[in-house]
Amino acid sequence: MLTNLISDDRPRSLILTGLLLGILFCLALAPFLFPGVRSLETAARICIFIVLVASYDLLLGYSGIVSFAHTMFFGLGAYGVALASVHMGRGYDALIVGTVSGAVASALLALLIGLFSLRVRAIFFAMITLAVASAVAVLVSQLSGLTGGEDGLNYSIPRELTPAFKLGSLFGVSITGKLLNYYLVFFASLALFLLLLRIVNSPFGRVLQAIRENDFRAEAIGYRVVFYRTLATCLSAAVAAIAGSLFAIWLRYVGPDTTLSFEIMLDILLMVVIGGMGTMYGAVIGATIFVLAQNYLQNLMGVASGATEGLPLIPQLLDPDRWLLWLGVLFILSVYFFPTGIVGRLRSED
Amino acid sequence: MTSAAPDHAPKYAQLSLPDRIGKAMPLLLVPLLVVFGFLSIGSTSSWLTLTVSGLAMGMMIFIMASGLTLVFGLMDVINFGHGAFISVGAYVGISALLALESWTGVPSLLLNVAAVLAAVIAAMCVTGALGWGFERVIVRPVYGAHLKQILVTVGGLIVIEQMIHVLWGPDEIYLTRPETLKGAVTFAGAAIEKYRLLAVVFGLALFVAMRLVLKRTKIGLIVRAGVQNGEMVEALGYHLRLVFIGVFIAGSALAGLGGVMWGLYQEVITAGMGEEMMILVFIVVIIGGLGSVEGAFIGALLVGLLQNYIAFLEPKLALISNIALMTAILMWRPQGMMPVVKAK
Repeated sequence: MLTNLISDDRPRSLILTGLLLGILFCLALAPFLFPGVRSLETAARICIFIVLVASYDLLLGYSGIVSFAHTMFFGLGAYGVALASVHMGRGYDALIVGTVSGAVASALLALLIGLFSLRVRAIFFAMITLAVASAVAVLVSQLSGLTGGEDGLNYSIPRELTPAFKLGSLFGVSITGKLLNYYLVFFASLALFLLLLRIVNSPFGRVLQAIRENDFRAEAIGYRVVFYRTLATCLSAAVAAIAGSLFAIWLRYVGPDTTLSFEIMLDILLMVVIGGMGTMYGAVIGATIFVLAQNYLQNLMGVASGATEGLPLIPQLLDPDRWLLWLGVLFILSVYFFPTGIVGRLRSED
Repeated sequence: MTSAAPDHAPKYAQLSLPDRIGKAMPLLLVPLLVVFGFLSIGSTSSWLTLTVSGLAMGMMIFIMASGLTLVFGLMDVINFGHGAFISVGAYVGISALLALESWTGVPSLLLNVAAVLAAVIAAMCVTGALGWGFERVIVRPVYGAHLKQILVTVGGLIVIEQMIHVLWGPDEIYLTRPETLKGAVTFAGAAIEKYRLLAVVFGLALFVAMRLVLKRTKIGLIVRAGVQNGEMVEALGYHLRLVFIGVFIAGSALAGLGGVMWGLYQEVITAGMGEEMMILVFIVVIIGGLGSVEGAFIGALLVGLLQNYIAFLEPKLALISNIALMTAILMWRPQGMMPVVKAK
């Protein structure tokens, strides 16, 4: 039963199993273990990014395709929910319509880009996705009549999912709509993650890995490489869009900075690489560590920057705004020295 | 006695006219676009202004793109960090110009040109050296692996961009052009900025020089041969790695030069400018055909002209004009206009 649920893809390392179970336990009981608005925000963010990063890993780790348009699909899902909620009014139907249309639009767009670039050579894909994603980001911030421009969109979601909806309290924690919303995010993320795990461990996933290792040989055996690559792109885009929809439902706000910016794309890349490419569990570890670090380590940098005041250059290097600098260094080092990421490391030790 | 060999008179048929036009089509695209612009804009003076600024923009993009496409063609290395050299070049060059304020502030052509030259040389030296370091530290260990190359060069881009923030501060820097480059000249009723004219002339000269080096010198021959078939060139005894490093450094220096020119054109520089330009550079490299300098030149002119025309005719469409151009060209020629590198 349990091995069926995780598609017989065991963590294959004692420490890794412990870590994964710990993360699952903490996320499942987050509202009760860590009461407080901020920690709940963090937990929801971790859930959503696990799905987003896992869907990216389907591309990068399993198919060997580098895409820079993943935030675009994420944003499409988020804006789908936002636009549906704004135009159809508050209600579950708006959420469903927004999510489905976002996912379908993402898959179609991915199909289009894939047909254009994957047909020729995979390296085109990286460049073309970068160009298209930046054009979409500019378009969204310019078409302010439709998308709210730089300010983004605020909208209301069904009352049962907002903090205003109160149900009483349990173990000293008041049960509000926000909590229900969190569990919606949590279970949807869990389901999507298990779905992705199912996909990569299916024969389809095997073929993807074969193409990653040697596309010429895979073609020679009789698999249509373009078909498999394009399908993987579409699937990953659709899942990313659903993750975006969840994010939009959780935040009740979308804007270019929170969903479409290049910084988020870099975050996703880092999470995949740090966690470990080519394994779904890498996404869990990477996303968890990264989001925690992002939320709590930046404060620490601020303290360090203040403490070194007076020294030349060092305070500027430690400024919390220079967080990306250290991420970049970490990123390069991990691509060189830990190409298999944390999960690969843990697995090779056992 | 009859001849042993059968009579045969080989006939060298010329390519049919449609085939010849098809071959020359990429070369015709730029004039066609200019004519199209003239017909749809209607007013000669605005058309002239827009054409010159489009050409100027195209030349600058070409300067930034030429190095990238050669590097890719030679060693199959795709450098996403190329944009960082553009930013660094702009910051170094503009800092030099600001430091030489006593030269740029006076309306003397000689002093102004000297200041700009000094800035350009400083920028090219720094970005060339940076390119050399970048090749050694970032690119060399992952040579041959596309996936890792893309990842680490993106990492390098982030680090360099953030270092600019550390060294020059997070705010954008505004600047004014040297006195003699300010203002515009009027020609046939159209006001044309002096700087844009200069950029066109300079870009054209650079393109001609680059073509001469590539087509007429021995090193150019090795580079072109290396792009077409690297193994063969190595087998003939040339050390392609050294050539490659040379091209990488030259390409980085050219990106720095492009950065200075772009900074003077926009009169403002930001650390993210390289990243923004990279998008255009990639589009140019893709539609030109990977590895092709001529293709990149035509592609850059097309991008620059189209963006200026569309921005005048239909400002809302300008954002997607480049993507539309890329889509159209890839539908027509999936490998780009003049692909040199065989699909590897």
